[in-house]
Amino acid sequence: MKKTLNALLLCLGSLSAHAALDPAQVRQLAADDSSEKVAAIRQLTQTADPDAVRILKAMADDSLFLAGDKVVIIDGDKAFDGASGEAIKMPANPESPTVNNRIRGELASALAALKLFDADATVRLASAQKLQSQVTPEMAPLLARALEKESDAQIKALLVLAHAQANLANTDPAARLAAVKALAETSSPTIKSVLLPLTEKAGEPDDKVRYEAIAAVKAIDSRLAIAENVGRAFSGLSLGSILLLGALGLAITYGVMGIINMAHGELLMVGAYSTYGMQSLFRAYFPDAIDWYLPAAIPVAFFAAAMVGVIMERTVIRWLYGRTLETLLATWGLSLILIQAARVLFGAQNVEVSNPGWMSGGIEVMPNLILPWNRIIIVGFAMFVLFLVWVLINKTRLGMFVRAVTQNRAMAGCVGVPTARIDTMAFALGAGIAGLGGVALSQISNVGPDMGQGYIVDSFMVVVVGGVGQLAGAVWAALGLGIFSKLLEGWAGAVIAKISILVCIIIFIQKRPQGIFALKGRFVE
Amino acid sequence: MRKPLTLRILSSLDKKSWLALGVFLALALVVIPVLHLNFPEDSALHVSTYAITLIGKIMCYALVAVAMDLIWGYGGILSLGHGLFFALGGYAFGMYLMRQIGRDGSYGADLPDFMVFLDWKELPWFWLGSDSFGWVAFLVMAVPALVAFVFGYFAFRSRIKGVYFSIMTQALTFAGMLLFFRNETGFGGNNGFTGFTRILGFDITAQSTRAALFFATVVLLVGSLYLGFRLARSKFGRVLTALRDAENRLMFCGYDPRGYKLFIWVLSAVLCGLAGALYVPQVGIINPSEMAPTQSIEAAVWVALGGRGTLIGPLLGAGLVNGMKSWFTVAFPEYWLFFLGALFIVVTLYLPRGLLGLLRKEKEQ
Repeated sequence: MKKTLNALLLCLGSLSAHAALDPAQVRQLAADDSSEKVAAIRQLTQTADPDAVRILKAMADDSLFLAGDKVVIIDGDKAFDGASGEAIKMPANPESPTVNNRIRGELASALAALKLFDADATVRLASAQKLQSQVTPEMAPLLARALEKESDAQIKALLVLAHAQANLANTDPAARLAAVKALAETSSPTIKSVLLPLTEKAGEPDDKVRYEAIAAVKAIDSRLAIAENVGRAFSGLSLGSILLLGALGLAITYGVMGIINMAHGELLMVGAYSTYGMQSLFRAYFPDAIDWYLPAAIPVAFFAAAMVGVIMERTVIRWLYGRTLETLLATWGLSLILIQAARVLFGAQNVEVSNPGWMSGGIEVMPNLILPWNRIIIVGFAMFVLFLVWVLINKTRLGMFVRAVTQNRAMAGCVGVPTARIDTMAFALGAGIAGLGGVALSQISNVGPDMGQGYIVDSFMVVVVGGVGQLAGAVWAALGLGIFSKLLEGWAGAVIAKISILVCIIIFIQKRPQGIFALKGRFVE
Repeated sequence: MRKPLTLRILSSLDKKSWLALGVFLALALVVIPVLHLNFPEDSALHVSTYAITLIGKIMCYALVAVAMDLIWGYGGILSLGHGLFFALGGYAFGMYLMRQIGRDGSYGADLPDFMVFLDWKELPWFWLGSDSFGWVAFLVMAVPALVAFVFGYFAFRSRIKGVYFSIMTQALTFAGMLLFFRNETGFGGNNGFTGFTRILGFDITAQSTRAALFFATVVLLVGSLYLGFRLARSKFGRVLTALRDAENRLMFCGYDPRGYKLFIWVLSAVLCGLAGALYVPQVGIINPSEMAPTQSIEAAVWVALGGRGTLIGPLLGAGLVNGMKSWFTVAFPEYWLFFLGALFIVVTLYLPRGLLGLLRKEKEQ
């Protein structure tokens, strides 16, 4: 009773003053009851008035006070009338109304919504984007008003979506129908979950709206599926790039020497640990240039892996020429030693290699499809390395020798190619490329002593499918296997994907034992 | 160069002495379970349960080594996937052992514990008949044989050989491991089978059961060695050796190598399956890590260390490597992988014919 009287008195009193806001509502902001405060905040928000922004902001900043019956804003040593905004003289002993967490939350969302009416387009855009996930049915009139005033096309599109979401709870079936239709054009999982309740009889009494909602969910689903598959294909492409870096080296050494280096995966590991080492070095000595540790790691990883490769070739593999199966065992022994060495040096746990700043984030193609920069860069890097290897193999004298030894070792030796040295060089090159693969791998997966183990079989499959001694074959096989296995993984799970790929390769070898691209020649064995 | 004393003694043995030595070793193996049963723990002649389990386990591995030698030593085909056949045999027999637990599991249900845990209501179709010893004994041989036959048929048909074949077998066992790691596959996921209580109604932890299993392993090992020697000396064995040394020449002579390869490949898989079946009740657990590529490739080094194409050598190699492994992993767990890796390298570089080859060279000099 007293409150109503107060409000009435205030109303009468404010008639004389020039008032932008309803003083009764302004007074209610300082009411004793929280629910009344909330109601007042909501009503003020609906006016979308710049004065409302001012007073709500003051309330959020704790500069709103109650002086007698008047709500005043006190800023330093100045005081303003809450409703009109006119400067008044400092009231004696102003009281601060309680602003609890519920009110603060309400104020925050009110201020966010009012930003839709800001003069600055960028502020409006940010607000509209933020609103998408927190639309409530009460916002519908506010959003409608913002939509009327808006001129920017991008903000308008966002507002249409937000308005449609708010309207889904409208009592008028026609409004709901329009809202569902507007939302059917989107491809975001959150909007799909907003629409889902409407596809059931309990959530939507009107048949027409319900059918429309079912169709809309279907449309969104199919768009989501496309985005998902594109995303999978892309991660397959980046997996394929790493496989390619692993397989290139394997293909070269297998082509030149006819041996499979089972420690090839451990050369990837050497590359990855070199990256880790460079990161630690930069952290300790050049913390300002930490983002550049990765480019610095590339040559280091290449030479570290190549060095390990040369040592392996000179001490073990060289002595086993012509005994391919035994080479398999000896190189397996090398891989065990390398794994254990990594465990002793760096510990059995995975070490942390972080992406540099310029590699984080990604390109958002669709709401649920983000292409991460690190994967994009890895694909580009693999293509760059591939180009260098192609130039090296096809345009240089060393490359010519490598090709000659691959095709016919005895004949190449007869015409003066130093085959033993070419073997070492080719092995070092293959190992170095694996080291580069390790740099790439360190950016998207864990770096640990066992990391190379999984890649030898996959890399070998690439060599088998691609054909021996063929760069083009390795490229097609690596990218194909990468994409195919990621797509299969999405549909059937990782294990089934792995098994079916193995089966596919066995069937493939039945048809083309020499791989996709076979060297043509007349020879047995 | 002065030879070590043991080497000198061993290389001075003639054929008859070798035979006598073999018989003596076989007898010693038979005596172990007898000692285990008849002498109390405080007696000097007592053989502990740990020792009998360890020797039994190593003999199962030795059987795998003999099976590997048949295809690698004689056929020239290096398989890096024999762990798959070993584990398949083990799993097949494990099904029977799981069913023998009956209602003694921690859930007291008719189904094995892991199925209750997964909320399965009935046994999957491939568990049908797993409570019958006869059917499971058949499966122990038939499942590895079938997998080996299908894989071998297609592989040999398209003339996959050398490193290609080796890596394919490695991929095969890797895929098998992934498959058995899944709970939905119906073989207990990554825990595998364990907690066995009975075999053929007997308590599996009883001394007499252990002794009987040990004895069965000795019999199977000696039997497969005998089979191996007979095969190696038969015409079949000679064709196989020719196949290893010059496949093309053999083909030009009018032989079709596929049948020979396929037969020895499937036989080797069956022997591995049997080894797995005997391994499971003695060790008391089977899980997918038996299919890890590392396990299979380790079997190759047993054969290489002992000497390929000798049948006895791989047995020796399996015993040596596994004996050292049990000692090393307790004494210096950090260095076992260094040692194993070095063993792989040293054996391939300096012992191309294995330890037995070393002995024979001594003899020839």
